[in-house]
Amino acid sequence: MPVDPNKPLEMQKKQYQEMVNRSKPKHPVLRNIFWAFVIGGIICTIGQGFLNYFMGLGLPALEAGTASAIVMVFFAALFTGLGIYDEITRYGGAGTIVPITGFANSMVAPAMEARSEGMVLGVGARLFTIAGPILTFGFTFAWLAAILYYIFG
Amino acid sequence: MFKNPPVIAATATIVGPKEGEGPLAQTFDKIVEDPYYAEKSWEKAERRMLEEVMQTALKKAALAPTSIDYLLAGDLLNQIISAGFTARSLGIPFIGLYGACATMYEGLALGAILIDGGFADYVLVGASSHYSTAERQYRFPTEQGVQRPPTAQWTVTGAGAALLARTGAGPVITHATIGKVLDLGQGDPSDFGSAMAPAAADTIVRHLQDTVRGPQDFDLFLTGDLGLYGKGLAEQLVRERGFDIGNKFADCGTMIYDHHRQDTHAGGSGCACAAVVTGGYLMQQMLTGKIKRVLGVATGALLSPLTTKQGETIPVIAHAVAIEMR
Amino acid sequence: MDFLKAFIFGGLICVAAQLIMDLTSYKVTPAHVLVGLVTAGVILSALGLYQPFVDFAGAGASIPLTGFGHILAQGAIEGVKKDGLLGAFTGGAAAAAGGITAAVVFGYFAALLFRPKG
Repeated sequence: MPVDPNKPLEMQKKQYQEMVNRSKPKHPVLRNIFWAFVIGGIICTIGQGFLNYFMGLGLPALEAGTASAIVMVFFAALFTGLGIYDEITRYGGAGTIVPITGFANSMVAPAMEARSEGMVLGVGARLFTIAGPILTFGFTFAWLAAILYYIFG
Repeated sequence: MFKNPPVIAATATIVGPKEGEGPLAQTFDKIVEDPYYAEKSWEKAERRMLEEVMQTALKKAALAPTSIDYLLAGDLLNQIISAGFTARSLGIPFIGLYGACATMYEGLALGAILIDGGFADYVLVGASSHYSTAERQYRFPTEQGVQRPPTAQWTVTGAGAALLARTGAGPVITHATIGKVLDLGQGDPSDFGSAMAPAAADTIVRHLQDTVRGPQDFDLFLTGDLGLYGKGLAEQLVRERGFDIGNKFADCGTMIYDHHRQDTHAGGSGCACAAVVTGGYLMQQMLTGKIKRVLGVATGALLSPLTTKQGETIPVIAHAVAIEMR
Repeated sequence: MDFLKAFIFGGLICVAAQLIMDLTSYKVTPAHVLVGLVTAGVILSALGLYQPFVDFAGAGASIPLTGFGHILAQGAIEGVKKDGLLGAFTGGAAAAAGGITAAVVFGYFAALLFRPKG
């Protein structure tokens, strides 16, 4: 149905949306899923490797987990600094964004860029631009869960 | 319709490395290999590019900044800092413009109006954009991992300038149509093509109706940055209103990159897209007689990073300028 | 064996996120998906459903952002067990401190040492 300029605007918007939907290119979903699986899987496997290593050193499970997370964060920061992380994400998609390395990338990337605005107001302020929502919701819901636990045991 | 159509006396273009690897590489005056252009930030690099094309255009026309009556310029950054700070160094009376990616044509149209109306002898028009400054401001930090959808466009790094003169040799601006802001309910900031197509179509149709001309009177219809998908939508919308421009329709955004090789998805965008393709390729085609009459229509998406978060759709505008080689 | 499990289950969580990102409207941004994952991790963890998953899939459960939610939730609940009401405020952040501090510190140094390529 063509977009009729004589019809009211809401009607035109609907007609136009139909036209857009017909021609809009689809996401290459199959390709994206494949790479998300592979690259996400690889990153988790590497994490498993570090986990095994730290547990092998005698660290209890929780501390080993934290240690592996720190190492993964280090590499994510390094790769982000070298400009490699965003290249991996072009294919990896969710595979690079979902692991904790993606969280680190989302902190390092804005910080690097804000360097031109100085270390305090630039880097310092920008570290949490993208990671903020994750921490806000994570902390809030964890607190909620703990409060409910406190009340209901 | 201009009684004293101004002449495009000179143009100058400068682009970044990605554009320099594209199909139009030969048409640009200068290709800069370093996105920082030896400056401390991308914003400073963009400013340096804009100032340089202005100076180059002046040099080509053998004029000093003091001879120019008005400087019309704009860019994509908050408070149009590239344009404002460039105006600071040139010292020409400055009219800042914001038309998003349509800025160059907004400037050409206004500049033509100033000259035709007898208010100026010389007007310098320019626009700039930079992939990294635009990404920083509108979307994500450049080193952050994101996956761009197929409809996403790549902001052109570069700047273009045009010197309009009351008299002289060269292509003339015969008509201008100032766009109206439209909004057909498209809100996806990764798909400007769908949002902007209706504005391009509306301006093209209004121009043809106002001037009582048709597709047969033009050699080319050139849009700014509708991209691969927006171009088809615009063509369809124009055809529905009674004009068939199919075989004469080109888009700067689809021309400036090799989409497969350079992974630019839907094509180029940004103020510089229309500016450098017009100032380079189009001017060269006209001066060598390959194109005699063109309707150039640049489109702009008038959103901000805030409006999308506040749930707004994207209002768009398209400015048209008819250029003829006499 | 544990490498295979980490690979498969980590990969599957990423696939789920990718599907959401690709098939929903543009209004659901990657940031929304990540917040959803963290929150889901917290909720599943509080319900006692995530620890068995970690025991089974190892890093496949702990590396994705849901694992971060799990650490926050367990930390907060342990905090309540140890310190009562105050623990709800201190526990989550304390447990996640390692990862967060690492991101801040390494981020700061990366910004100092590297220039974005654009």
